[in-house]
Amino acid sequence: MAAAVARGCGGLWRRARQCGAGGPAPHGQRAVASSATGGAVSAGKSGLAPWVPVVGLEIHAQISSNSKLFSGSQVQFAAPPNSLVSFFDASLPGTLPVLNRRCVEAAVMTGLALNCSINKKSLFDRKHYFYADLPAGYQITQQRVPIAVNGSLSYSLCTGNKMSQMVTKTVRIKQIQLEQDSGKSLHDDTRSQTLVDLNRAGVGLMEVVMEPDMCCGEEAAAAVRELQLILQTLGSSQAVMAEGQLRVDANVSVHHPGEPYGVRTEVKNINSIRFLAKAVDYEIQRQIEELENGGTILNETRAFDSKLGCTVPMRDKEGKQDYRFMPEPNLPPLIVYDAKSLPANMNHQQVVNIDWIHERLPDLPSVKREKLVEQYGILPEHSFTLLNEEGLTEFYENVVKQTQMKPKKVIGWILNDLLSYLKQHSLTVKESPVSSFLLADLLNLLEKKDISSTAAKQVLAELWKGEGKTPLEIVKEKKLELIQDQKELEQICQAVIDGQENEVMAIKAGNQKVLNKLIGLVQRETQGRSNPVLVKQLLEKKLSE
Amino acid sequence: MLRASLREVSAALKEGRVSPTELCRRCLSLIKSTKFLNAYITVAEEAALKQAEESEKRYSRGQPLGVLDGIPIAVKDNFNTAGIETTCASNMLKGYVSPYNATVVQKLMDQGAVLLGKTNLDEFAMGSGSTDGVFGPVRNPWSYSRQYKEKSVPKSDSEDEESNWVITGGSSGGSAAAVSSFTCFAALGSDTGGSTRNPAAHCGLVGLKPTYGLISRHGLIPLVNSMDVPGILTRCVDDAAVVLGSLAGHDLKDSTTIQDSFKPFELPNLTDISKLSIGIPKEYHAPGLSSEILAVWSKAADLFKSAGAKVIEVSLPHTRYSIVCYHVLCAAEVASNMARFDGLEYGHRSDMNKSTESMYAATRREGFNDVVRGRILSGNYFLLKQNYENYFIKAQKVRRLIANDFVKVFRSGVDILLTPTTLSDAVPYMEFIKEDNRTRSAQDDILTQAANMAGLPAINVPTALSERGLPVGLQFIGRSFQEKQLLTVARWFEKQVKFPMIQLEVVKRHDHDVVQHQKSASFS
Repeated sequence: MAAAVARGCGGLWRRARQCGAGGPAPHGQRAVASSATGGAVSAGKSGLAPWVPVVGLEIHAQISSNSKLFSGSQVQFAAPPNSLVSFFDASLPGTLPVLNRRCVEAAVMTGLALNCSINKKSLFDRKHYFYADLPAGYQITQQRVPIAVNGSLSYSLCTGNKMSQMVTKTVRIKQIQLEQDSGKSLHDDTRSQTLVDLNRAGVGLMEVVMEPDMCCGEEAAAAVRELQLILQTLGSSQAVMAEGQLRVDANVSVHHPGEPYGVRTEVKNINSIRFLAKAVDYEIQRQIEELENGGTILNETRAFDSKLGCTVPMRDKEGKQDYRFMPEPNLPPLIVYDAKSLPANMNHQQVVNIDWIHERLPDLPSVKREKLVEQYGILPEHSFTLLNEEGLTEFYENVVKQTQMKPKKVIGWILNDLLSYLKQHSLTVKESPVSSFLLADLLNLLEKKDISSTAAKQVLAELWKGEGKTPLEIVKEKKLELIQDQKELEQICQAVIDGQENEVMAIKAGNQKVLNKLIGLVQRETQGRSNPVLVKQLLEKKLSE
Repeated sequence: MLRASLREVSAALKEGRVSPTELCRRCLSLIKSTKFLNAYITVAEEAALKQAEESEKRYSRGQPLGVLDGIPIAVKDNFNTAGIETTCASNMLKGYVSPYNATVVQKLMDQGAVLLGKTNLDEFAMGSGSTDGVFGPVRNPWSYSRQYKEKSVPKSDSEDEESNWVITGGSSGGSAAAVSSFTCFAALGSDTGGSTRNPAAHCGLVGLKPTYGLISRHGLIPLVNSMDVPGILTRCVDDAAVVLGSLAGHDLKDSTTIQDSFKPFELPNLTDISKLSIGIPKEYHAPGLSSEILAVWSKAADLFKSAGAKVIEVSLPHTRYSIVCYHVLCAAEVASNMARFDGLEYGHRSDMNKSTESMYAATRREGFNDVVRGRILSGNYFLLKQNYENYFIKAQKVRRLIANDFVKVFRSGVDILLTPTTLSDAVPYMEFIKEDNRTRSAQDDILTQAANMAGLPAINVPTALSERGLPVGLQFIGRSFQEKQLLTVARWFEKQVKFPMIQLEVVKRHDHDVVQHQKSASFS
């Protein structure tokens, strides 16, 4: 039951387990104690009232740029440790930050794509804490006035019993702020030492803060997936979670309808979208159980343990930190312009112009999907699948361009054959052994009725081997072309009829289903080289003679 | 030759009257014989001689790089210098060799200047005496001048000479002592609350604090980023203008420098000052101002008046809040700026290895002196969430009011403000250390730090000798980025007052020795 509840995003969650209120004795006692002291959650009430989970997200997206946010060192994943560290990145005394314009443009672009207002003047602040991978002892961020505020993100997810209904929801974006990434600490517990890699220190991040408008893991996952697609479309971030370019922290709480929000926990270390859904749902479930058992929720930071599938408190994040924010004195206010405010004598190469960026925004995923549905007549969920796989839309459109087959029919081959093969073999679209050109070639043979669809699948199976043969060559080699000679086909049909007296009797007695068996036999006789529609016609004609 | 001004010695180099290596050697040897001043933390003898040789080659080819080519200079030890230790007079950075040059250092080198060494200061430039660095206090060369010895009450025995020496002021006391004792022709200081002007006043030098943003701070180890400015210490106003011209301008590495290009200037010879309006801010008649200084100040005002300038009393009403405000902002930025010294990437690291946190704590306890630690502590207190509004934000607001005071006065038609630089002449070291660093800084910065709060250019011009035979200086504060006007007026004033040259016996002896040595060399 728990699992079923976890997937339902209706907004209300029932009690986690039936045993909740009448749990083991110690829990029961605690429940009494908490209601006696007037705690927010009374055990008696929780037995019946539904729970409303509230989920908000803070997402750190690494900006895709050649150099870091405030220094000239290169940005590159998996470079040798400490090979991409400038004097500033290592916080050598006397070094100063110099803002990278590309990072500002990426943030403005992302802000516009998320319907934010762009602040023409934003400020940088220092956030202080001691940590080995934070060499300056503070992070430069935008606490007071971030570059973009008050946006929204629409995302869709599948609901219903068969997960076949698409529902579109919206989450508000509170703000997008520019800030520095930290380095990486590698703890060697056996030798009790910590190794620090500063390659990542100072890389530009956009922190996207989503309001707590979501209510389950699935919604959180769908929202992040949509954000990821948008970032990738814009090119403002590569947003590959496995490489840490997109990192999600989830704020989770539960409360009863009509009551104020519950105490929230923050779940960190979530490094895939699948884990995000799991972590959020686990945390919701955990909080409900805790509260139903009379416990309380601590305002704490927890980590998701992907192996155990659960969240655990983070020891080094215990206790409240006072970050002692203060304005960054070495950076003047960040000014961006629009067409109206742009001073005439300004060098256009050196300023960020919001309008200029707006005009050049590419089609966002939602628009791309609409266009696909409209242009090719495919189902909305197909458009989602096309966009979710990198390069699949382009592949599909290339096939459509090169074939006479209707786009609606092509989509079946793309999603059922190509995609499932790629998934089975853990390949990306780019790595597909069959190019869009070859697939189009094959579909053209099918469309021209040169081969049957059974034969087409056989050809495709050959093509996967990637031996460089064309579909036509395979068809010739394997003799898969349809028998175009009607007389020859009639003879084969006749032979089958002649050999199946009982079946012919049955058909004549009115059992039409048996006809399929005869068609099958003809197919077998022709090794799939006959057109089943034509065969059926021929058989019917002969049987009615 | 060593007592010449920078421009004079530059002319001598050009005319071949002296060679860069000879000049460099003489300075190095004078540094040795004035070692007791403790002006230098590091003397880069070898590197300096190499630079001098390079310079010599350029001169012999007839292609010197400019006025600064071959000129021996010194740099305060809080500017990064590639290959030469940069310590900030702190255990934290003892032995630290930076991999890069501060922009100002690079600019000097690019113009052929010969870097003799790094000068002493208060630890991380926190102080006003140059007494609180890990390498010990700097002695004011005037302590050993004939002027001081004649006028200060002679106490019979030699023990008194040891206890009578006076401080240089600070925190750029090493740079001031270096220029004042003729070991170099110009030196870089830094000025956050008066750290260049204060020792300039006590050592009888010109000390220029340019407008915030005119000179790059890249490579200057910060005290307060929003107030720090590289300062220039020279023996005359003309020299300060030369050095300013070689340093000013936009730096890609410092986003707070002005975008407009800077044109070096020669100072015009001011003859008619009747169009000049000099403001005398009454608030600078501060409690504790010595009558002697007050008299010098009044006399200077009269001088301008009698030469035809308009001299008017003005008011900068928020001046009295300035020092408190300065301390809050300074401590807050210090707390932040010092956070990077954790022993991991560079600098001192404690042997304590129980945990990362205990290592941080021990490193910072061992690395910083009490003054630095005290400011870090109070700065962090001011920045706490519950205090931020009441301290930091309030101080920022007051800072704005202080800056506005200046704007209003300048808008009313005043060109230059004339004020004292210090409350009194330099005090003996034994006297100075009776008070703690905080109290002393509060007193000593009182007349200088408002210019830092407002970012304005200000200059100390040595004016007269006190009754004890020690230098007294006055401060001119100008409009933002109006250095040319400020220096022009300062130069006119300099000409009128004819401040006497220090009569340093050790230098005389030394010059004599050199001459002797050269003679004997030529005979052999």
